[in-house]
Amino acid sequence: MPITKTALVIGGGIAGIQAALDIANAGHQVIMVEKTPSIGGHMSQLSETFPTLDCSKCILTPRMVEVAQHPNITLHTFAEVESVTGFIGNFDVTIRLKAKSVDFSKCTGCGSCWQKCPSKKIPDEFNAGMSFRTAIYTPFPQAVPNKPVIDRANCTWFTKGGKCGLCAKICPTGAIDYTVKDEMLHVKVGAIVTATGFDIKHSDFFPEYGYGKHPDIIDGLQFERLASASGPTGGEIRRPSDGKEPEVVVFLACAGSRDKAKGIEYCSKICCMYTAKHAMLYKHKNHHGKAHVFYMDIRSAGKSYDEFVRRAIEDDDVNYIRGRVSKIYEKNGKLMVVGVDTLLGAKPVTIEADMVVLATAVVANEDAESVAQKLHISYDKHHFFAEAHPKLKPVETNTAGITLAGACQSAKDIPETVAQASAAAAKTIILFSGSELTREPVVATVNRLPAPVFTTCTGCFLCQEVCPYQAIEREEIRDRAGNLLMNAAKVNAGLCQGCGTCVAMCRNKSIDLQGFSNQQMLSEVMGLLNQPFD
Amino acid sequence: MTETFEPKIVAFVCNWCTYAGADLAGTSRTKYATNVRIIRFPCTGRIDFMLLIKAFQSGADGIIVSGCHPNDCHYTSGNFHARRRWMVFKSMLDFMGFPTERITFSWVSAAEGKKWADLVNETTDSVRALGPFTDFKNLDFSTFNQLDHDATAK
Repeated sequence: MPITKTALVIGGGIAGIQAALDIANAGHQVIMVEKTPSIGGHMSQLSETFPTLDCSKCILTPRMVEVAQHPNITLHTFAEVESVTGFIGNFDVTIRLKAKSVDFSKCTGCGSCWQKCPSKKIPDEFNAGMSFRTAIYTPFPQAVPNKPVIDRANCTWFTKGGKCGLCAKICPTGAIDYTVKDEMLHVKVGAIVTATGFDIKHSDFFPEYGYGKHPDIIDGLQFERLASASGPTGGEIRRPSDGKEPEVVVFLACAGSRDKAKGIEYCSKICCMYTAKHAMLYKHKNHHGKAHVFYMDIRSAGKSYDEFVRRAIEDDDVNYIRGRVSKIYEKNGKLMVVGVDTLLGAKPVTIEADMVVLATAVVANEDAESVAQKLHISYDKHHFFAEAHPKLKPVETNTAGITLAGACQSAKDIPETVAQASAAAAKTIILFSGSELTREPVVATVNRLPAPVFTTCTGCFLCQEVCPYQAIEREEIRDRAGNLLMNAAKVNAGLCQGCGTCVAMCRNKSIDLQGFSNQQMLSEVMGLLNQPFD
Repeated sequence: MTETFEPKIVAFVCNWCTYAGADLAGTSRTKYATNVRIIRFPCTGRIDFMLLIKAFQSGADGIIVSGCHPNDCHYTSGNFHARRRWMVFKSMLDFMGFPTERITFSWVSAAEGKKWADLVNETTDSVRALGPFTDFKNLDFSTFNQLDHDATAK
């Protein structure tokens, strides 16, 4: 079977970027689909990364630009995968190119449009809801591609029947077009890398911490935006409520994770490290501030990771308290954090904090289930995508030709994500390295017999109707004179995936599945129950 | 000493979901009833329900048929066909007076090792309560050849 040597990478975060670059550098074509207006993913929202405290965007943006400029990579942002049919080596993918309302071939990225847009009060997703953006926008200054799109759900032209239209008037190149519609793009690919990433729980998940109503109880991504030089406060740690610098900040590790009662029994892996990082960043910016961390365990198993946490405790004077926090409430303008210190014999501890940062659980994206169903890959009860084998096949799925990279498979940090992405790329390159696909011989066959019978198939083609792969064809059976005797079913062995639905459907058992034939299954049933096979 | 009856349960499972789920139950060292014997199919869509009858005929007391959850079939639609077949087959068996409580139809995914163990335990308990399946043994095959003979004689 021939293979289409083009890979589809779903997701433009660091996992997708790494996989795309590896496959493209090996000489194959890559199509990358990213649903937000820019690639970069969550890594672009971080201020600094552990354990090096590298500026996150500084190490990410060169790769983002490389993806955009690579001759072998076709980038579609503001686009989603609509449907996938076919099978390994021969996938047919439909991509919905959502209507950007901006013609990128004319737009120069000058920014006049979003500077003048009057719809300025839309919660900014990139800043984790802590600031506002305009309806026509680029998500962040280093966006790739650095051209804006219109958020039609919040744009006056679309919501109020043609009013406003200011951006179209201002645009110097006439790039704004309100009339464009979503476009469907059909592509053929040989392999798919799923790199759709993760989400986190937010402070509203915690009744005991106030249902997220208090603005100064924030989650990890919100703290990253506060600490970022390009964030809503220009990198200064300030309370969202009044903009004052907090003097006491309490960090809660394991907020939601490792908690059966909250339905999240797993460990989110990255929070011990980023909590230490957050505490250090806070101390570096607020020298006189006091940082406390309530923790259960410290999971810092990577290279230089434990040394990093030690630095937080020893060099930056972060106070680590082993215990959990049962409640946070407001009193006299302070946040009362009620916890316990288990190393002092479960002694109750209450800290009056100015700000609380919850290291909330890493969870799968909202749409993870629908993505998995479109790709026909398995997922677990938390909607993380299932690898083919937990030990020996961590990047492949049970669906041949589809690999996983990054946090969509399970919570992980950046070095592991990059490693897994390269592994997924390697699997894809192995697939593309041959010219043909070899496959298991589990295929269906319709019997063929000598004349005058030719076949017991009656030509009802029920098998053709039920085959999920359209692998059954009509064969015209003719006599020597060329007269048509009958139409019988014939299996295209290249397309057949060996499910056997046709075999169960066939009324007179003219079709059988090699490896799971009627004879074999029958003798298995009888053998299991110790009956002689008659 | 009386021997308590231990039911023989035959499970017809699909390779990609339930078989993998049963494998997971094994690797997680989950303990569950040993009464089940598993037959692996590429997909529940492959299961010819005549095999279920054959299993009962051969001495099975109970049957489990289990595959991927709807929408998650490895071959996209095999489990839908299995489900439809089961609806028709069950109503036919009910009509014939066959004890369909002995057959459990379920969905177990590859991640649901615990669900598989629970399914086997529940089915074993309920079939044990129903007792051994002996109805089939009441059929008298001796008249079959006679009927044939009568038909051809006319």
